[in-house]
Amino acid sequence: MTANDSFIAIRNLSKHFGSVKAVDDISFDIRRGEFFSLLGPSGCGKTTLLRILAGFEVPTQGEVLIDNQPMATVPPHLRPTNMVFQNYAIFPHLDVKSNIAYGLRKKRLSKEETARTVNAALEMIKLRGYGNRRADQLSGGQRQRVALARALVCKPKVLLLDEPLGALDKKLREEMQLELRQLQRSVGITFVFVTHDQEEALTMSDRIAVMSRGRVLQIDNSARLYEAPNCREVADFIGTMNFIDGSIAATENGYAVIDAGRVGQLKAPRGDGGFQRNNRVTLAIRPEKLRIEASRPGNGGNFIAGRLGAQAYLGDRSHFYVEVPGLDRRIAVAAQNVTRNLEFGDNANREVWVSWPVESGVLLPAEDA
Amino acid sequence: MVGQQKLDSLFLYGVIYLIFIYAPVILIVIFSFNDGIYVAFPFKGITVKWYYDMMHNAGLGKALKVSLKIGVVVSIVSTVFGVLGAKAVMRYHMPGIKTIVFLIMLPLVIPTIVFAIGLLMILTKFIGLQPTTWSVIAGHVLLCVPFSMAVMMSRLQGFDKNLEEASLDLGQNAWQTFWRVTFPLAMPGILASFLLCFTNSFDEYLIAAFLSGNDATLPVYIFSQLRFPNRLPGTLALGSCILMISFAIVTFAEWMRRKGVNPDSGMGI
Repeated sequence: MTANDSFIAIRNLSKHFGSVKAVDDISFDIRRGEFFSLLGPSGCGKTTLLRILAGFEVPTQGEVLIDNQPMATVPPHLRPTNMVFQNYAIFPHLDVKSNIAYGLRKKRLSKEETARTVNAALEMIKLRGYGNRRADQLSGGQRQRVALARALVCKPKVLLLDEPLGALDKKLREEMQLELRQLQRSVGITFVFVTHDQEEALTMSDRIAVMSRGRVLQIDNSARLYEAPNCREVADFIGTMNFIDGSIAATENGYAVIDAGRVGQLKAPRGDGGFQRNNRVTLAIRPEKLRIEASRPGNGGNFIAGRLGAQAYLGDRSHFYVEVPGLDRRIAVAAQNVTRNLEFGDNANREVWVSWPVESGVLLPAEDA
Repeated sequence: MVGQQKLDSLFLYGVIYLIFIYAPVILIVIFSFNDGIYVAFPFKGITVKWYYDMMHNAGLGKALKVSLKIGVVVSIVSTVFGVLGAKAVMRYHMPGIKTIVFLIMLPLVIPTIVFAIGLLMILTKFIGLQPTTWSVIAGHVLLCVPFSMAVMMSRLQGFDKNLEEASLDLGQNAWQTFWRVTFPLAMPGILASFLLCFTNSFDEYLIAAFLSGNDATLPVYIFSQLRFPNRLPGTLALGSCILMISFAIVTFAEWMRRKGVNPDSGMGI
């Protein structure tokens, strides 16, 4: 990334609460007009980082630049950022109109201009005619939109969103995800979006920073995070992943042969991890890239033998869990139910073979290395 | 039936309890209409002349004015302290915060007589001033701030901190945020605190008796009148009036506290 690309620059940023390092020496850049997500489990520091951007938390160390302006001495009310709070924080003593107009006060617009802006905002969030309602007369989705409009009328350089969809039910959440994405494209404002929901992050973001224990593990687009995680923690957090530990027995061209103990010898692309012979590694494979068969598959690709432990029918797909001698965790296999099959038999304890093409595996450094 | 009997004895207990609490109050009201100076049955006849007397009693009018003045000043000062103190305690992290709150709340449990003696000593012996209305105000503020703090703290507790942050985020500075968000949302609590402090100051006797000097407050005046039997019915009439007004004020304060804007109503789902 060149310096020109950097719209929000985060440099060696740390925030300590007593002995807890909520944000631990983080540095990265967010581009102009990007939908950028901070993804991680609760307590990973993503909300603290967002609150530092908004100016509600003072960093212990490091600095933040927004559009080349250092933010260290800028108080929240003077920052070019606006925030959509997790619980929306709609002012309960004001109606919808006054809530949306709240951020326009400092702009000292005329009455007519304020009214026009507010009406345009109500139009945008499809709540025309709701201007005189109070917060407690709105549904969750409507409050969410009001909070969004209230922040956007201020025309911030950066919109900060703290799990804004967390309180909505699943259907509405998916709807709002699309709407939010469309809105971001049309207004062209940089969005920084905090979420613990990996599916939500994958659906909406241009790029995602996966965080854990105050650090950033990987920053990439959705496809790369899913298909090419750079460590076991990212691989485990995003989607479901099977792991097989072993060490590299040999390397040939772009491939590595992994000695996985009782599981046998497996092949995988070497990737750009610079793995050498005898390196301890973890081979990661997604469940949907695996095939499950009753008989030993032909040559080519990897295969391991096991015993079917459990299976689950999910409608569009089925999950199989295969016990493999030598592995702690059962291998998960996801199969699309392509054909109609009304007889979902219980095949527990059957001997099965799990196979996958060599290219489907990802080599990761072993966790304790 | 055992269950029925249990219920009945409990009911009886309740009735006796209520009589015990309210009989004196009701007696005052009843005898304030009695056409005779002795508080004793049988009733001599119904009259409103005691109320008429009360209205034209100069000493009583003066004492009432003193009490009203003290009550208003005390409730304003105490509520301002209470709001600021509660806001500081609820919003900012400081070392020793629990100790500070404990020390502020302590006057609630310290006997008022101790305060009254202490204040009188400081005022006359150390500062060398004579007791006045202002010394009563000072003493009452001391007693009322804990009440105000308690009311305001409970109000701010159910108050979403994000609302203040949202206001800052939307470009209003801390001062504007206080007036546009914190204050309107705390308003029912502020009113409740104001009325609570007022009623507390209005019927406080001990501090007023020690510190009021020549300008007796209403309770002090009433007590001084009880020495004269023919004044008793007049004080009964006055007592009835105060009772009604206090009752109205406290009811109104409680109603305001419950009604108002619910600070939680803008929050999540």
